Amino acid sequence: MTRRRSAVLVLEDGTTFRGEAYGAIGETFGEAVFSTGMTGYQETLTDPSYHRQVVVMTAPHVGNTGVNTEDDESDKIWVAGYVVRDPSRSYSNWRAGGGLEERLAAEGVVGICDLDTRALTRHLRERGAMRVGISSVDDDVAGVLSRVRQSPEMAGADLVADVTTAKPYTVTASGEHRLTVAAIDLGIKRNTPRRMAARGITTHVLPATSTVEDVLATGADAVFLSNGPGDPATADPQVALTRSLLERQVPLFGICFGNQILGRALGLGTFKLKYGHRGINQPVLDRTTGKVEVTAHNHGFAVDAPLDAKVDTAFGAAEVSHVCLNDNVVEGLRLLDAPAFSVQYHPEAAAGPHDADYLFDRLLELVKRA
Amino acid sequence: MPKRTDIKHVLVIGSGPIVIGQACEFDYSGTQACRVLRAEGLRVTLVNSNPATIMTDPEYADATYVEPITPEFVELVIARERPDALLPTLGGQTALNTAVALHESGVLEKYGVELIGANIDAIRRGEDRQLFKDIVAKAGARIGFSDAAGGDLVPRSRVCHSMDEVRATVAELGLPVVIRPSFTMGGLGSGMAHTDDDLERIAGTGLAASPVHEVLIEESVLGWKEYELELMRDRNDNVVVVCSIENVDAMGVHTGDSVTVAPAMTLTDREYQQLRDLGIAVLREVGVDTGGCNIQFAVNPDNGRLVVIEMNPRVSRSSALASKATGFPIAKIAAKLAIGYTLDEIPNDITRETPAAFEPTLDYVVVKIPRFAFEKFPGADPELTTTMKSVGEAMALGRNFTEALGKAMRSVETKASGFWTQPDPVLTMPADASADAPADPMAAARAEVLRRLRTPHDGRLYTVEWALRLGVPAAEVSEASGFDPWFVDQIASLVDLRTEIEAAAVLDEPLLRRAKRAGLSDKQIAALRPELAGEDGVRALRHRLGLRPVYKTVDTCAAEFAAKTPYHYSSYDFETEVTGSDRPKVMILGSGPNRIGQGIEFDYSCVHAVLALREAGYETVMVNCNPETVSTDYDTADRLYFEPLTFEDVLEVFRAEDSSGKAAGGPGVVGVIVQLGGQTPLGLARRLAEAGVPIVGTSPESIHLAEERGAFGKLLDEAGLRSPAHGTATSFPEAKRIADEIGYPVLVRPSYVLGGRGMEIVYDEATLRDYIGRATAISPNHPVLVDRFLDDAIEIDVDALCDANGEVYLGGVMEHIEEAGIHSGDSSCALPPITLGAVHIEEVRRYTSAIARGIGVRGLLNVQYALKDDVLYVLEANPRASRTVPFVSKATAVPLAKAAARIMLGATIEELRAEGMLPPTGDGGKLPANAPVAVKEAVLPFKRFRTRAGKGVDSLLGPEMKSTGEVMGIDRTFGHAFAKSQAAAYGSLPTSGKIFVTVANRDKRGIVFPAKRLADLGFQILATDGTASVLRRYGVECEVLRKHFEGDDGTRDAVELIAHGEVSLVINTPQGSGARQDGYEIRSAAVAADIPCITTLPGAAAAVMGIEALIRGEMTVRPLQELHAALRGNEG
Repeated sequence: MTRRRSAVLVLEDGTTFRGEAYGAIGETFGEAVFSTGMTGYQETLTDPSYHRQVVVMTAPHVGNTGVNTEDDESDKIWVAGYVVRDPSRSYSNWRAGGGLEERLAAEGVVGICDLDTRALTRHLRERGAMRVGISSVDDDVAGVLSRVRQSPEMAGADLVADVTTAKPYTVTASGEHRLTVAAIDLGIKRNTPRRMAARGITTHVLPATSTVEDVLATGADAVFLSNGPGDPATADPQVALTRSLLERQVPLFGICFGNQILGRALGLGTFKLKYGHRGINQPVLDRTTGKVEVTAHNHGFAVDAPLDAKVDTAFGAAEVSHVCLNDNVVEGLRLLDAPAFSVQYHPEAAAGPHDADYLFDRLLELVKRA
Repeated sequence: MPKRTDIKHVLVIGSGPIVIGQACEFDYSGTQACRVLRAEGLRVTLVNSNPATIMTDPEYADATYVEPITPEFVELVIARERPDALLPTLGGQTALNTAVALHESGVLEKYGVELIGANIDAIRRGEDRQLFKDIVAKAGARIGFSDAAGGDLVPRSRVCHSMDEVRATVAELGLPVVIRPSFTMGGLGSGMAHTDDDLERIAGTGLAASPVHEVLIEESVLGWKEYELELMRDRNDNVVVVCSIENVDAMGVHTGDSVTVAPAMTLTDREYQQLRDLGIAVLREVGVDTGGCNIQFAVNPDNGRLVVIEMNPRVSRSSALASKATGFPIAKIAAKLAIGYTLDEIPNDITRETPAAFEPTLDYVVVKIPRFAFEKFPGADPELTTTMKSVGEAMALGRNFTEALGKAMRSVETKASGFWTQPDPVLTMPADASADAPADPMAAARAEVLRRLRTPHDGRLYTVEWALRLGVPAAEVSEASGFDPWFVDQIASLVDLRTEIEAAAVLDEPLLRRAKRAGLSDKQIAALRPELAGEDGVRALRHRLGLRPVYKTVDTCAAEFAAKTPYHYSSYDFETEVTGSDRPKVMILGSGPNRIGQGIEFDYSCVHAVLALREAGYETVMVNCNPETVSTDYDTADRLYFEPLTFEDVLEVFRAEDSSGKAAGGPGVVGVIVQLGGQTPLGLARRLAEAGVPIVGTSPESIHLAEERGAFGKLLDEAGLRSPAHGTATSFPEAKRIADEIGYPVLVRPSYVLGGRGMEIVYDEATLRDYIGRATAISPNHPVLVDRFLDDAIEIDVDALCDANGEVYLGGVMEHIEEAGIHSGDSSCALPPITLGAVHIEEVRRYTSAIARGIGVRGLLNVQYALKDDVLYVLEANPRASRTVPFVSKATAVPLAKAAARIMLGATIEELRAEGMLPPTGDGGKLPANAPVAVKEAVLPFKRFRTRAGKGVDSLLGPEMKSTGEVMGIDRTFGHAFAKSQAAAYGSLPTSGKIFVTVANRDKRGIVFPAKRLADLGFQILATDGTASVLRRYGVECEVLRKHFEGDDGTRDAVELIAHGEVSLVINTPQGSGARQDGYEIRSAAVAADIPCITTLPGAAAAVMGIEALIRGEMTVRPLQELHAALRGNEG
């Protein structure tokens, strides 16, 4: 049996883990984050929100079901690096068309395996997300560390341009057409327009730089602000766009990055969480119904808003509609005087539970009311 | 939604005796529930007939009724206690069925008792197969699922009420089909029919087994992938999935008999979410109120078609597994949900900061392996089917699949403890295959091993590994076994590793690390590298290379939040999470998987040790691998290590705890207790002591003294105590010489056994020769013991405590109801002893004290005696906790195991008396005259087993233990107590009808009075010719029946009559060593018809007393708290 080459993972605080090369051979840098989902690695890898992030999988076995042609959430793998304890030697699934490691290698994704991922996760939990490097070409930890410290930080990173679509495209409603939505692509996942289409919504996916005129020109009944990578504090054009839409009372629905943009448009602040929420088991309380939903999260930033009081904004009163029960982080906003709401997590799931799917119905209702 | 304020008093029903399909997982769940409800300030009343449970310890409920779980007795409890609500979902199928019966008979309405945690309609919808099928279709449609999944969401099926309907259905569906009787537990009576003969047999049994005479005939999904989800719902309709479980054994093997893995290993997120969506939709459609529920799915591996197999609207065996696998305490949360809380209001115990409204995520792999006991039931068909046959299970956690698998394989304590630890099986080719057998012997071997893989059997993992090693392609192994290719490849990775280890010039650090990381034990590695001089050599090398396991934490959240609970498992990884503590620590070794002869009773004693030592200020460290138990609840001990109970694994835990304790400035581990968990920890005592582990309590040398025949005989001689004449043989001529000398019958057995394994009463030389031939295979390193067997003696069981000063406390003296010769675990017994006089008891005291002091017991001692012609003989002494400790503790109101644990750590009996743990004066040999009588009855699993031909297995009792569990009846008089014990074990004793009597010649005189009394009580007596003629002479009218094997002489056939349900009780004493065929048929028929079958004369006399008590209708119920207060109040 041929053995893997050795590899090293170096955190910006100098902590080092040794393991073996996984995926492409090379060197990579990014922000180290951990994801606790036990299923859905293919969706995670292809989620644009993970752009520039090195993802540590807490589930030990990855690759068991291979990769297939149906579960990609975008055109490519976005993660900057991949950290797995026990990559699968083989794969087994009736939909599988190939192995995960071959795909990682083909797309040049550098990874590392056979290291104590739980120790690494605990470290990130205690010290917070930080920059990291993985190298399977350089054994010199000091050298890797200095390159880690030269790599860009996530705070202040404007990554929208990297992930947004170059040209507009349309996903047509299946069945009876009920609504047209313009989606601002800040790193949108394929399942989002798919979930909308299932409800009779036609989605025009627009580049992140679209102006209010571009948006209105689609004739959309509502606007959707997608998820995406980076620091929301850098998304000024999208915040401005959102403000002009709000002024025009255009119904608006945002998720993840979109929630942060809506928050900033309302004059609320955003901040970086210590180690973020990344997983598919996060309990969120919908304060409007008192019900708990188990949801898919992938966010390192959050909106700073008071939990127990309404906020006065330029667009009328707003309130926190959803809260994460684990740590009381704001997970959703709702305007009381304008047709707009947003959530910090992923109603489209993929990967994750479908508990929050109802939010697309809320979009339909929002437009109906507006 | 906060707690309901209208519920002040809750009745909890337990699950009764341990049986196959319903084991101590319900003690775990019930104990959690009782604790939670009391902590919420509610009054708790509990009914459970099983004395070996923690939940029936008086401190867990306000009123604890150790009474039969039958609607009649539970009604008596309700009438006396008047609870507001009944929580029936934590006591298995037994509790649920009892609750349904109480609802249907109007009892609940009459007394204004509300069912909580379940509603009758939901139970019906969950358990009635046809209703359930409709529910699934509706649920699927509601979430728009039916099309996406490609057709029906359930296997095509029909409910049948007669064999004609069954045949018509199969004509449509085609064979094979699955047969599932309604309303039975553990899949009892179900099976797969491949042929018309199978169909007649299985469906016939199934119709009989179902209380509503209903079976479901179902399209076969044999070979599909099998999954389970554990879900919880609150009254605000929040639902979470606690755990997904994947079966390594495909559909066709009962999930209780399958090797299972958590989380699911071979599903993409898309498929997993389909399971989740459908599971939740079904749960809502069924209308499970609040609490836990388990749903099983099958997935077609070729196209992903998903079908729902069944759901249990209650806490189940899988819930216990899921709780231990994830750290999410399902039963505890279910109890809170039942009284009105919602998931978001309940904190997660482990993180304490996050709520229970979430889905646990695992950063490790959990493997469960069932434990079987086919060796106990010769003739039983060992093929695994949809009827559960395993008697226990072990679970293991690892950071990858092979690590968890390896740990689980050594945890189940079978002959082999992981791959390569036993020689490969011998290949015997089928005789008829020789004609067209391939010329290549390897090809023939591969063909044979593939054939074996096709039949599910105990140890199929070993067959898979063997097949791969023989060079069978993985795809063929997967096809033949039905194991998913991913699991086969995992095992193939071990085969590759084996090749590498064998081929390596030296076993260097990287390779040894990889071997350990893949879950191989030192013993397995030693088998591959003979030059390392065995397991000890591998360990020495490993320690020299600094390779030790680290301990990770089960935290429900994959390290996202800090865990507050030290629930650990080992892994060959890098960072350990054991925290230092300067308190003195005591390690308690548990008893491993349940098996016949070593079950819940031992876990009970271990848990008591933990409780007593925690209270005494020690930090307790529990080591065990049985997911069903209370001991492996992370709330029980201060620290829990879910680890195999092998020398290697225990030694590493000891080292981790001892060194972290010392590093923190404390004394480390001051003692390790091996005396309470049965033979498993006891077997480790010597090696652990030699490795420097401080074993407390009776020393390993003393344990050996009691078990070594010669030394123990000498001890008895010196103390002037009698024992039956005996000898030790290593060959047949030697055994024959001894037997000739002491005279037949003789009792023969291998040394060092538990549960009477391999023990037989031998009446003649031919049988002795046969036995020796078989016995050497059982335990080649140990000789065979040959004892004079005392016919017709009374057997006496004693549990006693002895401290360092040699002071002895008699815990209890139990008189067996059956004569000596039946294993103590299988016989019923009474406490206080019914026929023994004060002189006998004083003799027992003198003997027991002499033995305890002679051995040097520190803690518990169990001695078995036989009393024959007023002479007391010592049969055997075991310096450890016995199976009867919980029964004695409950019958006498003294916590013997707690006292034992304290004594092991240096307390004296005098001190414990002063503290109040033991009574100030007197002991279990001197109970007050008005003490209640407690009767223990064994519960036997014969119903579960069938021969290959489909017949029942012989239910005759002997010196080898066969029971899975026990019940206790407690009341003012022996008759009442015995009647309760029978009601608890069998449903009840009859109060009218026909009784069939057939006894051995030597018992003919003795049966006259019991039979006469039964006739006077209005029973109709049926008897065989010989018995009938004796009875007639004494004026007992009886109908003569023909024995089954006799020719048709115009009389009716006894076996047929029993099978047709015309007989309500059988009294059949076997004819010594003679032809047993007839007795076998009679007893099998009784077992199949579910009626009591009494096989001894004393048993018959006891039954008569019980029947009289029942007929007089004066049964009452009393809680243990009252009985104990009376017992303790009468002291001195």
